[in-house]
Amino acid sequence: MNAIKRILGVVWIGLGLVAGYYLIVSQAIPEFTSGKTEDLVPAIIYTFVLMPIITGGLCIFGWYALRGEYDELQS
Amino acid sequence: MEENSAGSVTVSSKKTLWKVIGASSLGTLIEWYDFFIFGSLAIIISTKFFPADNPTAAFLSTLATFAAGFVVRPFGALFFGRLGDLIGRKYTFMVTLLLMGLSTCAIGLIPGYQTIGFAAPILVLVLRLLQGLALGGEYGGAATYVAEHSEPNKRGLRTSWIQTTATVGLFISLAVIMLTKSSMSTEAFDDWGWRVPFLVSSLMVIVSYFIRRDMDESPLFKKAKSEGNTSTNPLKESFGNKYNFKFVLLALFGATMGQGVIWYTGQFYALSFLQNVCHVDFDQTNFIMGAALLAGTGFFVVFGWLSDHIGRKTVMLVGMLLAILTFRPIYDQMYKQVDVTVKHELVDQQRIEGDTVVKVYDDGSIATQVTEGGITKHTVHVGQRAFWSLVLLVFIQLLFVTMVYGPIAAFLVEMFPVRIRYTSMSLPYHIGNGIFGGMLPAVATYLVTRAQAANETARQVSEVLPYDKPHLAGLWYPILIAGVGFVIGVFYLKNKNQNIE
Repeated sequence: MNAIKRILGVVWIGLGLVAGYYLIVSQAIPEFTSGKTEDLVPAIIYTFVLMPIITGGLCIFGWYALRGEYDELQS
Repeated sequence: MEENSAGSVTVSSKKTLWKVIGASSLGTLIEWYDFFIFGSLAIIISTKFFPADNPTAAFLSTLATFAAGFVVRPFGALFFGRLGDLIGRKYTFMVTLLLMGLSTCAIGLIPGYQTIGFAAPILVLVLRLLQGLALGGEYGGAATYVAEHSEPNKRGLRTSWIQTTATVGLFISLAVIMLTKSSMSTEAFDDWGWRVPFLVSSLMVIVSYFIRRDMDESPLFKKAKSEGNTSTNPLKESFGNKYNFKFVLLALFGATMGQGVIWYTGQFYALSFLQNVCHVDFDQTNFIMGAALLAGTGFFVVFGWLSDHIGRKTVMLVGMLLAILTFRPIYDQMYKQVDVTVKHELVDQQRIEGDTVVKVYDDGSIATQVTEGGITKHTVHVGQRAFWSLVLLVFIQLLFVTMVYGPIAAFLVEMFPVRIRYTSMSLPYHIGNGIFGGMLPAVATYLVTRAQAANETARQVSEVLPYDKPHLAGLWYPILIAGVGFVIGVFYLKNKNQNIE
């Protein structure tokens, strides 16, 4: 079980990076550059709220998992 | 619980415990009520404070909806969580209650945009932000306070009462609005009546304040304080210490993230889906939701109790898995129950009155089509059989909600030690629910609109439609998020955490 937890750590890091790319490139940048006032709030939320939580959080979580920080827990 | 002469902590008497549960739940219920009436009256509030023809006011309106709705709540969790771990649970959630009550009451007293100009939307925005902050601080305090008074083997059952408050708060907010509306003319409600539900809050807050004022501090916190074991810097200890921070991340990604999207799907997206995708009559959707909420609320307590016996992880993950597997079939069924294209029309009963076409179907459904200014609006009033089928389908979703949400307070409380509990459990809860859950209606609606637009474009150029069922496209968001949460939960969570001891 501990080996699976560590291997999955790589998946969480990858997922965090993919989510970050999607949020910034596909969502935030088009809205920042649309020139519409109403697009500004979602763009700010994507960049400064969601991206740090999802990408930052999942990457750190994955890194901890990869390093065996969750190994002591019993499943 | 109380401290005996030997300094150990003993279980509170049943009477004290019920007082603790009652006072905590009532206050949290009022906070949810306050939070929801703003959302329920959003349309009328926007006409009074945020004129649509003014772009700056429209920007402030979006900010009030999004920022206070979910972004500010985690900041409230941090601010009040820190206070709760420093000075105590009781005083902190008294402050959040008063802050919420005063903000809500003040919204009901602000003159409109027509009277004081831009000061009106700015004041509403500030008060809405204060509401978000207060809500962010309230839940963790109430859950911690009740759990720290409870018997170790009944924490799931005791804290599940706190879990019912969000649903009951929504129910009461709708009931107060409907009662106020029905007691006056539409013009009077639009003019000043909409302020009544906000002002009613102040009465409820005063009652709750006096009940909470006489309560004792949590015995576990009192003991920790008397022994000098409270934290001097809960934020640093919760998020700067790797040992604690890894559990904060685990709580977020393995539990609250999935729980948040399932809760918002069952309780809020179901309503939005019925109204905006299926075009069910507005009053009828409220009755469908009301009936399902009424039937489902008791199950928060049932699953809280069950989690004491078979483990929190088991109950929550089974709920998550069932939701992931059945959301699409359930919503497909909901759509089919309303879809008049598969019903048999009683042609002889069709009525055309000016721009309005009324069609009657053999199952009792009535479809109304109104064309105004080139825009056609469809509304369906479903027949009895479809009505109860929809109640059942929403009720099933609420069962999933109660499975994932009923045990979550006890689960989070048990994950963190007393000295940093309020701070550590509040943040993942409000990110999971406020951000991952709070975003759901907007993201799901966006996905449905995009799928429908893609199909429309393909239809115009006679290509194969890219989406088989575009009305279900919005469900991919909760399914994906809950799917990730489920896998993390299965591999990384423990069935029972023991930190409370």
